[in-house]
Amino acid sequence: MLIADLFEETYFAIRANKFRSGLTILGIVIGIGSVIAMIAIGQGSTSSIEARIQSMGSNLLTISPGIQKSFSQVQSQRGSAQTLTLEDADAIANEISSVQAVAPELSQRYQIVYKGTNTNTQVVGTTASYPGVKSIEIDEGSFVSEQNVNSLSKVAVLGPTVRDDLFGENANPVGQTIKINGISFKVIGLTKSKGGTGFGSQDNMVFIPISTAQKFLAGAEYVSTINVQAENSKVMEQAKTEITNLLLQRHNITTAEAADFSVLSQEDMLESASSIADTMTILLASIAGISLVVGGIGIMNMMMTTVTERTREIGLRKAIGAKRLDISLQFLAEAVMLTFVGGVIGTLLGIGVAWGITFFSDTDTKISLFSIILAFSVSAGIGIGFGWWPAQKAAKLNPIEALRYE
Amino acid sequence: MERRRVAKCKCFFVKAMMIEVRNITKVYRTSLLGDSAQAIETKVLKGVSFSIKEGEFVAIIGPSGSGKSTLMHILGCLDAPTTGQYFFEGKDVSKLSDDELADIRKNEIGFVFQAFNLLSRTTVLRNVELPLIYANTLKDKREEIAKKALLSAGLEEKRFYHLSNQLSGGEMQRVAVARALVNDPAIIFADEPTGNLDSKTGELVLETFQNLNKQGRTIILITHEKYIAEHAKRIISLKDGEIIEDVASHQTKIIGQIRE
Repeated sequence: MLIADLFEETYFAIRANKFRSGLTILGIVIGIGSVIAMIAIGQGSTSSIEARIQSMGSNLLTISPGIQKSFSQVQSQRGSAQTLTLEDADAIANEISSVQAVAPELSQRYQIVYKGTNTNTQVVGTTASYPGVKSIEIDEGSFVSEQNVNSLSKVAVLGPTVRDDLFGENANPVGQTIKINGISFKVIGLTKSKGGTGFGSQDNMVFIPISTAQKFLAGAEYVSTINVQAENSKVMEQAKTEITNLLLQRHNITTAEAADFSVLSQEDMLESASSIADTMTILLASIAGISLVVGGIGIMNMMMTTVTERTREIGLRKAIGAKRLDISLQFLAEAVMLTFVGGVIGTLLGIGVAWGITFFSDTDTKISLFSIILAFSVSAGIGIGFGWWPAQKAAKLNPIEALRYE
Repeated sequence: MERRRVAKCKCFFVKAMMIEVRNITKVYRTSLLGDSAQAIETKVLKGVSFSIKEGEFVAIIGPSGSGKSTLMHILGCLDAPTTGQYFFEGKDVSKLSDDELADIRKNEIGFVFQAFNLLSRTTVLRNVELPLIYANTLKDKREEIAKKALLSAGLEEKRFYHLSNQLSGGEMQRVAVARALVNDPAIIFADEPTGNLDSKTGELVLETFQNLNKQGRTIILITHEKYIAEHAKRIISLKDGEIIEDVASHQTKIIGQIRE
């Protein structure tokens, strides 16, 4: 049998049962479509998390406190310790040569009120070097200055999301007075939007002098994070080691294992965030994969029915000279063509769904060539895998029995 | 469609032996409740021997259960005998594999069945082309050969592109005859070809076979009706798996002559 004839026979056979073939293809369409869409969502969120971490500024090291050591067996949450101080930050800035800038911060969530409106957001007490370290740009007014920090000024710089919530979109809040935790602050600036939504967005923050935050809001002398900018990306590891050694020495701790703080580079954060996102991608894809397997079983079911229905036809084909291989190829081609058509439509559907999700819900999606190749090879594999048994069943039919079949 | 073999044989003035069976038996084993020890053996053919020459028109006749269908399946290379030898054109085919038998069916044998066995929802032309598809004939050539076969089976040209299920019974059987002819086979087996037709259409189909035989085709007709068998030149009667009679028919039913 020539290849062209094989395709023609297959086309005729599929066309003869349009409705049933259509339903079977639908199973594969849904399977492939959901795999593509799910991988797109997973990879989209991976890349948006990566972009967000990268937007925090390159060459960034983040020092956060470790677990508060206590004498009881009960351990507190990591990061809850209040062991980092402004003096630690100064020491890092002064003593380590590979460090370019240091920005300590003391962050906590507070209720913020402007006239009738209010919002709850992250209030970051920090110093003048913060915008440089975290790559934040000023839109209106100015950022917290050295002077503000020294004189415990009650001034605040708003992120654009906070401005939108309190003053309305595109309003200029500079010069207005807001209340943070009941204390009046004068708005002196507005930062530029960096994009991104949800947890950790730098648009949804209020910046105030760190001294003010310690004295009037937290009432304590610690800092919650020290942000460090290294000279360049080559000295990151060196800076990390030097900072660790310096802080161990300052905190009178002898071994690195017992450290009450941790130093994370942007790369470390990127790595752990990506691995979480990758796990999510795999999880989503495997759930979608189940529907693909169900679709494949649908193919097998249809092929089994077809073989039974066409028993007489198979008998005739054998009587006029079709060999086993001819018959099995014919049914295999039918199964593969069903899955292939399903694969093409499913891929388009998956791309459409991913596009729709991005369009309507702002969730980033990313279609990769890999997921399309994966979908196609899986659908071809399913066609061959689930079509094999019915095709063998057809090929092994005894022509006499098949011709007699009623 | 002239037979190439006819031309060849005329040169030697010898009719080649087409089919020779020697002491063929066929036993079916039906196991009871899947227990092979308790299998029941049914002897369908009990040692059948005969030979058929090139260009003969033979009817195999017998009541149902006489083994005539089983014999046809063996002669038609659809099945292998349990014991005995079967020479097809001088070649022993009783020990061939499935695929080797398929090759013989493809190149040397044409079948016409009682139930026509056409592919439904498929055009007449494509039905006739089907054997050529398995013989890897190219599309253009296929159509040409199929049209010739349809004409020699006596189907009108305007029917060629109709779907097979839109035809009358007589027309369907003509399509089936054309399909049997299309591979230029050495022999045509017709299994109760008139069984599903009224007597008038049946006559027409039998006439087609007689015409094909006149052109030199070897034809074996399987039937249970004596009247139908009398259209052939030789009648082999089977009963209970054995040949009880093998005689020349006087061909009382030569339709062309009756009309003249």
